[in-house]
Amino acid sequence: MYSQDMLASIKKVEATRASRIGVEPRRMSAEEKDALLKEFHPDYRDVGFDTLRVGVNKGDKVPVELRALLEGKSRVSGLDLDLEHPDYDVDVLVIGGGGAGSSAAVMAHENGANVMIVTKLRIGDANTMMAEGGIQAADKANDSPAQHYLDAFGGGHYAAVPELLRKLVMDGPGAVKWLNELGVEFDKAEDGTMITTHGGGTSRKRMHAAADYSGAEIMRTLRDEVWNREIPVVDFTAAIELILDENGHAAGAVLLNMETGRHLIARAKTVIISTGGAGRLHYQGFPTSNHYGATADGLILGYRAGVPLLYADTLQYHPTGAAYPLQIYGALVTEKVRSMGAMLINAEGEAFMHPLETRDVSAASIIRECKARGKGVTTPEGQAVWLDTPMIDMIHGEGTLEKRLPAMLRMFLKYGIDMRKVPILVYPTLHYQNGGLRVNDQCESCIPGLFVAGEAVGGIHGRNRLMGNSLLDVIVFGRQAGISAAKACKDVHLGKPTLEHVNKFMAEMKAAGIEPTEESPKLLPHYARTGDAK
Amino acid sequence: MADKMITVYLMGKKYEVPESLTIMGALEYAGYELKRGCGCRNGFCGACATVYRVKGSSELKMCLACSTKVEENMYVATLPYFPLVKQVYDIEKVRPQEQIMMQLYPEIYSCIGCNACTKACPQSLNVMQYIAYAQRGEFKKCAEESFDCVMCGICSSRCPAGISHPQVALLARRLNGKYIAPEAKHLTERVKAIEEGEFNALIEDIMQKPIDEIKELYNNREIEK
Repeated sequence: MYSQDMLASIKKVEATRASRIGVEPRRMSAEEKDALLKEFHPDYRDVGFDTLRVGVNKGDKVPVELRALLEGKSRVSGLDLDLEHPDYDVDVLVIGGGGAGSSAAVMAHENGANVMIVTKLRIGDANTMMAEGGIQAADKANDSPAQHYLDAFGGGHYAAVPELLRKLVMDGPGAVKWLNELGVEFDKAEDGTMITTHGGGTSRKRMHAAADYSGAEIMRTLRDEVWNREIPVVDFTAAIELILDENGHAAGAVLLNMETGRHLIARAKTVIISTGGAGRLHYQGFPTSNHYGATADGLILGYRAGVPLLYADTLQYHPTGAAYPLQIYGALVTEKVRSMGAMLINAEGEAFMHPLETRDVSAASIIRECKARGKGVTTPEGQAVWLDTPMIDMIHGEGTLEKRLPAMLRMFLKYGIDMRKVPILVYPTLHYQNGGLRVNDQCESCIPGLFVAGEAVGGIHGRNRLMGNSLLDVIVFGRQAGISAAKACKDVHLGKPTLEHVNKFMAEMKAAGIEPTEESPKLLPHYARTGDAK
Repeated sequence: MADKMITVYLMGKKYEVPESLTIMGALEYAGYELKRGCGCRNGFCGACATVYRVKGSSELKMCLACSTKVEENMYVATLPYFPLVKQVYDIEKVRPQEQIMMQLYPEIYSCIGCNACTKACPQSLNVMQYIAYAQRGEFKKCAEESFDCVMCGICSSRCPAGISHPQVALLARRLNGKYIAPEAKHLTERVKAIEEGEFNALIEDIMQKPIDEIKELYNNREIEK
């Protein structure tokens, strides 16, 4: 399966392997990390960013592709919509059916609200489903929420919003317990003790997992709970704009049936945006580990309504995306592979860094190894480094990789690569939107009745997120959004529904001389080959 | 390096596509803008169940379109939705006892042992075996055997007894995760301690520190071996 050149490089990796077992490479100093990031992390490439010309973040830089959508043409432009006669009328409207949306719906239901989920694909078609490595929570004797806070705050370059990060770490153990009581099967020892490992940048082993299907196990359980509670799920239906009432209170959304093209109106006393990330916008041309619908829709809707963005210029490139073979280019290779001892090795067989630096540092280091040091392995798509997976069974015993990383093993075996025996090729892949809409620790935005949860929120992680803190964030903030929305809807008396905020935004764009280049929200990436297919 | 082109039949219609593509890639290469039958695009979500035959063979094959390469003369039909039976239950009220399967999914006892489910599973799971465990109330074994299920529904599409295998397995896993697996006592205790305010002082202490002091703490923190 590997080319002759790759096989020759593998020989060099094999030659140093035995001497690397049990030896921990040096970690970088704070100064080394800062210099590395500035030179090699994609967030520092000016060409990838443009300055916003309208809205509350006017003057801030955001990725080029995101600006085109924030300054895009509304999909309700020119439509004759009857907002007064809704097709759905509920207490809580949840937009997005991933981990955050499903948690929110369950908790809104638990708190007595009439709740409905709309999702443009199916419930569970979400980044949560694809999270492999695990979920952090400070529940061991040598650990504490404060220690978790320190790891995340430092890893995120001291930029996290303190009240959000406090909420994340303090509610962490409770979130894991809630999942466990719903039936999520965490890896445990015989006596019930959670089996926990390190992630990049953690100072305590607090990564809880369900093999390397951690997110899938959480997502399918949450989805089952939504179904058990018979919460309505309107699938293949996208929200294309928020509706506010005449007093500026959230009042529902304009929906689009993805298949028939029919528009529908949902009236709601409170709305939760839980639309996830943006990997499918392929910032700076990167491949992505994200699911098909990750197109930042909620950011567009919220921004037009007046909710500020926080850290929209910081993205996470997961250091280990699959770089070979082509069929899985960009797919996630979980950080758990490194947690279990596999090292990052260059074409010469050298361990060029500590395998558990934070993600931004690791990604930048891999890029430097390939672009500046000429020590990458050439692949059809460019360059890559080795992730020395055979180390795992050497360290922990034969059979460990198969038991703890079944999804990874299967993914590569499909293409004839047995990662127990040979290393795999990796390169950074667009993985996570660190930034997003601004909320407080009750998930309230500045628009009354509008809540946000999950990857669509900005500020929880600062400018870089640690492994295992996003699965935690979708549960902690998803649950909170559901509780907050259910509570808030009790006192809501909606006024006349309007789309005035959209008209106002479009007028502002026109006044600024902006000609939209595309419709937004994007909803799905355009992968169909255009032109004449034979 | 130009890819070799091969012939595939997508929903019976003939296309020439590069041989390196997955079936999903081939659909997009042919010009399909996918809405259904496409989710995570990497084998975790089960959205892209697909059936195919290769010309000259009678064998019907099943796969996930996102993680299966095209073959010469492949006849492909996607199965973007399959009606599984999902029974509603209250996880707080059910118990891991044999009769729960009889109550919710009695059709599993009509299994005729044809093993078509196992042969069809794109995750190579021993589906018939986990159904056998479910029949006997061995939920832990059913959970372990079915753990890698992506709920694509291909097994159920092949079942003459009308079993919704993925839903049966999900019930078994939730029962196992909640009731059978031992309690994580350290977790229960930690949650209680947090609720009682035991960790408030620690977190408040770190939050009120000046940034330089936090940096100092972070850069010199001890990392568990």
